[in-house]
This record gives sequence, C-alpha cells and structure tokens, in this order.
Amino acid sequence: MRYAETGFNLEIDLSRGSIERVETDPRETELYLGGLGTNAKILWDRVPPEIKPFDPENLLIFSAGLLCGTPATGCNRTIVTTISPQTELMAFSMMGGFWAPELKYAGYDKVIFRGKSPKLVYLYINNDKVELRDASHLQGKGSLETAELIRQELQDPKVQVASIGLAGENRVYFASIEQGRSSASRLGIGAVMGDKGIKAIAVRGTKDINVARPAEFIELCNEVREYIKFRNENPIPGVMTILQGLGSPQEMKVHDEKWHTENFMWGNARVRRRDFWNEEVAQKWSETLDTMRTRLISCFNCPMECGATISPPGLLTYMMKCFSKLTYTMAAFSDLDFGLGIAQSATEYGVDGFSTPQVMAFALELYENGILTDDDFPGMPSDNEGRFYWLLDRIVRREGIGDVLANGTYWAAKEIGKGAEEYAHNTIKKHEQLPLKLSMLNPIYFLMYATGEKINITQIEGQFPQAPFPTMEEREAFVKDWFQVPDEKFKQILLDWEPRGEKSMPYYPTVQMCCDIVDWQETMHYIDDALGMCAGLSSFPLKPPYHIHNYPKFISSGAGIDMDEAKLTHAIKRYRTLVRAINISRGMRRKDEKPPEDHWKKRFPELEKELLDTYYTLKGWNNDGIPTQESLHELGLDYVSEDFVKRGILTGSDDEPPKEEASAEKKKQ
Amino acid sequence: MAEKKKKIIKTIKVDADKCNGCRACEVVCSAFHAAPKYSSNNPARSRIQVIRHPLKDIYVPVYAGEYTAAECMGRDKYVIDGKEYEECAFCRASCPSRDLFKEPDSGLPLKCDMCEDDPPQEEPLCVKWCLNDALTYEEREEEVDDEEEVKLEDMEVGLESLVDKFGLQKVMDTVTRMSQKD
Repeated sequence: MRYAETGFNLEIDLSRGSIERVETDPRETELYLGGLGTNAKILWDRVPPEIKPFDPENLLIFSAGLLCGTPATGCNRTIVTTISPQTELMAFSMMGGFWAPELKYAGYDKVIFRGKSPKLVYLYINNDKVELRDASHLQGKGSLETAELIRQELQDPKVQVASIGLAGENRVYFASIEQGRSSASRLGIGAVMGDKGIKAIAVRGTKDINVARPAEFIELCNEVREYIKFRNENPIPGVMTILQGLGSPQEMKVHDEKWHTENFMWGNARVRRRDFWNEEVAQKWSETLDTMRTRLISCFNCPMECGATISPPGLLTYMMKCFSKLTYTMAAFSDLDFGLGIAQSATEYGVDGFSTPQVMAFALELYENGILTDDDFPGMPSDNEGRFYWLLDRIVRREGIGDVLANGTYWAAKEIGKGAEEYAHNTIKKHEQLPLKLSMLNPIYFLMYATGEKINITQIEGQFPQAPFPTMEEREAFVKDWFQVPDEKFKQILLDWEPRGEKSMPYYPTVQMCCDIVDWQETMHYIDDALGMCAGLSSFPLKPPYHIHNYPKFISSGAGIDMDEAKLTHAIKRYRTLVRAINISRGMRRKDEKPPEDHWKKRFPELEKELLDTYYTLKGWNNDGIPTQESLHELGLDYVSEDFVKRGILTGSDDEPPKEEASAEKKKQ
Repeated sequence: MAEKKKKIIKTIKVDADKCNGCRACEVVCSAFHAAPKYSSNNPARSRIQVIRHPLKDIYVPVYAGEYTAAECMGRDKYVIDGKEYEECAFCRASCPSRDLFKEPDSGLPLKCDMCEDDPPQEEPLCVKWCLNDALTYEEREEEVDDEEEVKLEDMEVGLESLVDKFGLQKVMDTVTRMSQKD
C-alpha cells in the first residue's frame, strides 16, 4: 500500500484528448519526496531545454504535495510547474486553498498536461471518472465566475476549481491560476494553461488517504496544533507586527499600514513617502477595510486566517490574500478603496498582484517621460485610477500597447526601446520584484535575491530575524526557546549580531554565516514545496510549528519512508540541485544572479563577489553557478552530469577553472 | 411509574460566524473514525460537514444525525440576514435526498457519536481541532424518566438501512449466499 501519496498520476494529452492513469515509482518518492521534487524530475526527464514555453511539448504539472490530504495542519498546497514564458526558466508557483487535498481524495498525486487542445476545454475529475469537457461557453469569463458556473453545471458545490481568467486565455506573461481563496500567480503559469487551451480543472474526490503509522502521525499533528495555539497567544516581541505571528503576513487583519506605506516604494518602485501615514489616512483605510471585508478565511485544514472575502460596493465578492491589498494602491498613488476595488477585476481577469501593478506604473512612467506618447494610449482617462483600470483592460485583452505590456516590464522595455530599459529597473531574471529600495546592503538578502530560483523573496526568506535585536536581553529571550534551529551555532550568531559597530551589517554575520543562514532558510522552503506545506506555518515565519526536527518524523510516520534529518537534507539538496540543473541547461548563469542595481544604495562589490563565491561552493556549484560533477555524483544525479558534459556545459574534468568573464559582471559599478 | 434518572446532555455549540471554512473538523472526524483509528482520512466520510459558499459568506458546520429511510414531503430553504442557504442546509439527517452523511463507497449512513471512546475523549475531536472557536462543547445534566433504552448495535443500524433499501428478503438471500461461499 502507498501511504500519504496515492501512487497515481493523471497524464493528459490535450492534442489527442487522451487521459491515462499512470502508477508512479515509489523509489522516486524516496529520492525526490513529491510535489516540487518529483515535478522537477519529470520536467528534467521530459522537457529538454530546446522546448519553449508555448511549445506543445512543454508540460504543465499540477501536483499535490506529499502530505496533502493527510491530517497534517496547513498541508494543502498545489505546486504548479512548467517553463515560464517570462523567464524561460522553470516556474513552480504554488497555491493554497482546497484543490490539492481534493485531488488526493480523488486518487491522484499529479495531473500532467502535454500538447495543446484544439478548442477551449476544462478537465473534470470525479474519482475514477475523468473527462475533458467543452469550455467554449466559459471563454472570456472571470476566474471566480468560471468556478461558479462549473459548480452549477456539475451540480456539486464541493467541486474544487482551479481556473484562469481572460489574462491566461490571452497568454499574458503574468497571468495567474486562481482557486478558492488562493492563486498560483508568479511567473506566468496561467499563460501556459491558456496556451494549452485549458480553462479550468474541476476536481472532486471521496477516497481515503492512508498514513503509515497512525498513532505516531496524529500525535505529531496534535503537537503542531498545540504549538500553533501557543504561538498565537505568544507573539514574538521586538519585531514588526506582521512578523510576530504565524501564517502569511496578516494583511487582511491589520489596519495599521504605516510600515508598508512608508517603507515600500510607490509608483514604479521608486517613490518613498516617509510621512504618508497619518490619523486621517488610518481612519479612512480602516473604514474601507471594515466595510468591504466580510470574513477572515482559511485554506484547507488550517486555523490561520490569512485571507478574507472582500465585497467592494457594486462589485462581485472575491477573496484576497496578503499583500495584493496594497500593491495596486501604492503603484497608482491611490488609496485602499481603489486598491480593493481594482483587485476584484484583477482576480477575475487572473493576473499576478505583484507584477501587474508594477507593469502599469512602468507604462505610466514611460508616458510621463515621453517615451510612450498619447498615440500609445488612445482614449486613456486622465486620472490615475482611471488609467490603471484602462491599462488593466488593454493588457488582459492584449490590445494596442497592452499587447506589449502583457509581456512584463523586461520584455516590454526591450520592445519599446528608446531608453525604456532604464525604467524596467526592478526585475531579477526578467521577473518583477517587491517594490523595496533600501540603503545598506544586507548580505543575507543579497544572497537570497541573487540565487533564489523561485525568484521571489518571500519564497526564500524566513526563520532568521530580519534585523538584530538592540539589547542582549532581547537576544537571549529570543534564543531561549528557539528549538527550530538546525544547529546551535545560529543562536550564537544572533546573540553576537549588533545593529551598529564591528558586528553589524554588512560584514557581520560573516560571509560563511550568511551562507549558512541562507541555506537553512532555503532548505525549509524546499521541504515545504515537496510536502505541500504552507510556508506560513513553516519556512516563512519566525519560530514555526514545522521545522527540520519534526519533518523527518512526519515523513516517516506519514508516508512510511524511513527518514532522518541527514537523509531529508540530502533529498532536498538533490531536487534543489535538479531545479538549478534545469535552469542551467536553459542558459542561466552567474551573470543572471543579481538583485536590481538600485535595490540598495550602498553596495559592496568585493563582498558581494565573496558571498556568491562562498555560497556556490557551499551548494556544490562551480564559480559560474553550475553544479559540479562531484556534487552531482554525490546526490545521485549522474544523469545530469552526463547531459551537461554532452552539451558542453561541464567539461568532463573535475577541476574546472573558474570562469572569469562571468564573475566580472559583478565588478562593474 | 418510571423513576427519574440523571442523563448527560452533550451539546456542540456551533458559532457559524467564527467558522473560517477550513474543514479541519471534517479531517479529524474521518481520521478518528477510521479503522484502525487515524489510519486514513477522507472528509467525505466525516460526520460533520461544513456547508460552504465563500462568495455568499455561508459557512454552516452540520452534524450527522439520524438515518431516515424516506425524505420529507417537502424541503426547506432558509434566508437569514439576506443570505439564502441551500435546501435542507441545516438538516442533520442521512436522507435519500442527498449524498451527505453516507459512506461514499457503501452508501451506509453515518451518525455523529460525539467521539465515543475508551478511555473517553475530553471533548469531540472536531471541537478540539477547531482552534477558531466555531465549535465548543458543553455538557449538562438533566433528569429524565428512567426507561429501558433499547440500543441497536452498530451492525443492526447498518443492516436496517440495507433492509430499508433492498427489502429483508434480498438482504437475507445475500447473507445466505455469503455464508455459503466459505
């Protein structure tokens, strides 16, 4: 019997309309765990670098995590994997909600799409009954609207639907996949779904998910719930409010947005408004939130309430999570009233809440600076709010300038030319980032921004406090019950870390310490993404209920795979390296691993070089960021080595000379 | 005259305003009632079901009550505070009119047993797992007439529903046939 997983994938060939139920190899689960891990293996095996995002041979994989569907609290994530149209690298956006557990209850771990459907379809999975159904009547419909129509059509309110809106249908490079209260938004996976002609996947399941050692497993689950209760009652003192508790930052709960509005940038990630927040704003924004927010809501089997149903006056209700609360507001220099309103359209259209507002602010900046002119914006209203609505419509329909902007700031700037590249200043690996511009280089964040292959800071940070505590008492209090650390040395780093002086940023924590901290933070995210655990209960917050010490027990007693910390760490390193290998085979190198030039005012090129050199060594990568033959061999990834040698990416001899031309990139400035 | 006897009334108080719709109650209910205990889970087997319509702000945790062989002569539909609830939304019956509160494979009825266990649980597990206080547990004592209660065994409850569905003769024939197989 298979435990935690079902042992079956659905293989859907959209070009032929064929559906197969395929048994998977349990040894793959031992090596790559599941979710992101096994997705990466499938992508490596079946999508060689010659395949472009919109080729029929590109795969679109919807995977439940290994422990989704078990009683493990907060384990509900769907990991969607494909090749991103925006970065042309591997994309693995994720969503919470209710879809992944339902897929497990239907009897499948993954749905793997290949080919392209000749007409718009949706997939209906009802236990053993799986069918592609005509979706022509859903063409152009909003994502939530689509989900409702499908539920009515199937006469089953318990069907969970993941769907795309107009943006996905029109292959907008930052189109999302929306589902329940969640969405898989980053890197344009909605565009690949639209390109393949899939409007939605509706799933309903009523089968059992088994665990290997029930008594032990439920005990672990109970401990987690107890610890969540404890953490909810004991917020961490001395850190910003949004970092005190568990879950995603509790944006739907908080009224006080002083920190975000005064520290994050407005417009096209440029303008800081230090004195923005005052009583009048606070009162108005509180009123807006209280009037529009109907209820705080959760994902499957999770007590945290990170989302909310929002009902803007005169518009349909939608569900919101986290920071999209402010991204539109701040990009448009507007207020919360506007932000929550336009997010309704954006959710129905199915676009990413980070990239979209930035693309629109970028377009308006080009307009103000004469690079784009009135001819590019025929009929655009004169007020900022009106302009945002107008631009959103053009983008999702790919009309006029919208067709250019729909490819994101990097590609749009290239196409527009005339110096537009200067304005696409906030991307990493061609992907829009948080609008954050700071003063002093933070070496830990430098490494995370540079090397994170989810290309999104929230998907790599966590665990380690973002800033030192001013007093020794506070530090001692913090480390006292900090049992989540993988090694006691992290406590000492925190104890010694000072806001000013010798032991402060950027030279303390030392280069080696920074590398270890980043490696720990990233490791936690990669475990989550294989198990389907929400980062909000694990890799993202300080002192989470899931950590490197209880995860092996969850996997052992849940999935019946013998696991300890060493074996788990090795498995993570295996599929983390495989993700890198896929991107390396697609041309990613050291030269691409850099935060936006203007992210920090004070930069330290020598230190940054040393950080990257040391981190690459720690990870088993050569000086150009390519995994070495030796480390690939250790991880059982000889098949990657062989491929790299064949393609000339590695030379075949172990002592490869460092590539100077690549590292030279960092020295400019 | 029957004597008075003390009886414990067990109540789960449902505060639907506090429900966040996460369905942890369904998860733990189905896991607790699996055999062996916690060896599997499947919300479709849960004896509590959250009737959810997020966009209409409807969240109603409903407990499995009595099995009924025949549906009501008509159905009910409530509108409260402007929100229209689905047909029979508040009804606890395992009834031919709907899929709710039936084992998904056999179709046998399910009924909440307040997590009867040996040793007894402090409170039903759905309550324990609801960290949002939508479900709370209350006990009180009441005096009732002391009547001999005939408690059907679990198997009889199941058989009774099969008899209702297929008729006594068919069930007997099946049992006979099964016993001859060995």
